[in-house]
Amino acid sequence: MDVILDGIIEAVRLLISLDREVLQITLLTLQVSGIATLISVLIGIPMGTVLALTGFMGRGFLVSLVNFGMGLPPVVVGLATWLCLTRYGPLGMLGLLYSPAAMIIAQAVIASPIVAGFSMAAIQSVNPKLRLQILSLGATQFQFLFLIIWEARLGILAAVIAGFGGVISEVGASMMVGGNVRGYTRVLTTATVLEVSKGSFEMATALSIILLLLSFSIMASLSYLQQRGRRP
Amino acid sequence: MRKSFYVIFALVFFLAAPSLHAQKIGPEPAVRDLILATTTSTVDSGLLDLLHPVFEKKTGYRVKTISVGTGQALAMGEKGEADVLLTHAPASEKKLVDAGTVINYRRVMFNDFVLVGPPKDPAGIKGKPSPEALKTIAAKGSVFISRGDDSGTHKKELSVWKKAEVTPAGSKWYLESGQGMGATLRMASEKEAYTLTDRGTYLAQRANLNLDILSEGDRELLNIYHVMQVNHEKFNKVNAAGAKAYVEFMVAPEVQKMIGEFGKEKFGQSLFFPDAGKE
Repeated sequence: MDVILDGIIEAVRLLISLDREVLQITLLTLQVSGIATLISVLIGIPMGTVLALTGFMGRGFLVSLVNFGMGLPPVVVGLATWLCLTRYGPLGMLGLLYSPAAMIIAQAVIASPIVAGFSMAAIQSVNPKLRLQILSLGATQFQFLFLIIWEARLGILAAVIAGFGGVISEVGASMMVGGNVRGYTRVLTTATVLEVSKGSFEMATALSIILLLLSFSIMASLSYLQQRGRRP
Repeated sequence: MRKSFYVIFALVFFLAAPSLHAQKIGPEPAVRDLILATTTSTVDSGLLDLLHPVFEKKTGYRVKTISVGTGQALAMGEKGEADVLLTHAPASEKKLVDAGTVINYRRVMFNDFVLVGPPKDPAGIKGKPSPEALKTIAAKGSVFISRGDDSGTHKKELSVWKKAEVTPAGSKWYLESGQGMGATLRMASEKEAYTLTDRGTYLAQRANLNLDILSEGDRELLNIYHVMQVNHEKFNKVNAAGAKAYVEFMVAPEVQKMIGEFGKEKFGQSLFFPDAGKE
């Protein structure tokens, strides 16, 4: 109990004093997970749209693949990314291992299927009659896609929320490909693991609380974006 | 619509902004990144947090410390995935030295391993030399927690079991945590079990633990740390200059002094004893 209380006090102290190291870790967490989510949106939404609106050979298989990917264990993604990025691995010449870029890659791999899967479901649940109506009103292909996605925006925002939630809370992959290097690839989750193994539970609790606050404020703004103007 | 566009624009701008870590100090070497694969005890005790800022300021390298068990650290060296190693398993290290995988193999410091257990000592091992103590634990069937992760401590533990002529694997009282030293100590404390630990990690975490030192001091339990460069002639991607600078740094007299002083203020005694130059 003392640990939790001390952790809360420590978290408040760190936040008020704007501790430089904690600030840097928090910003890096936001940057890495934010960019990874952005990439997964760029990959996931088009992919979900194509899967939702078109029929082609192997579509069923791809859909199962995306749904399977939504539950990819981060630690497996981490291992695979690590193996690809090692100096003498297939992508070793990029020299990306133990850098924020490597963490972004791993997190984007984790989040993309989540965003794709949820977007697909969201677009599929748009009333099919609406599609016919848009087309019959003479919309161009681009206008058609834009309107359908706009119509599914609630579900698509949910997709983004789920993707971001998946990566900001993830620790296995970040630890493996980022290496938890102080001042460079240390994010809130990996810093928490380190503090626990050092036995500094107050600091670990404080970092966890900061992570929860950060995650909550982002989710709250996304929810506001999603829900504004809607009252039941 | 327009408002959310601005929001997204601001977000992208923030994410693309250069991060805070882009601060530069000291000279600028050709290859800046230096990968150090090391054991958890040097990191968890806080020693490297003290030394690395000094090294980075002096040389301009950025040390990427990857803290893993000694077994994995040596494996990273064998694959050329690290530039420099700081480990504590001389028998395993010797194989890499003999194979020419690592060069510039230098002794840095030592401390010792100790057998710790619950203060009431149910197996009654207090004061016994380590092989005998383990034999007693096995005979009584008291719970013993092993690291089980091929770390330097785990290797040492196995060698003491061998000396005691006991094969603990598979016994009901023998648990393998598969975690770092800190986590294993806490597990032992919670389960009132025995375990083998390096003295540094034990002292650094003693405040959180309900464990006493029960067996210590025999030659068997000496814990020696070596630093070494991964051979750049075998692995062309290794940062040879940085690795050499790191090895020289660790054995330099002023750094050796810092190692000896480390922990005195906080724990009342040194966690590591410098001994560069002795073989």
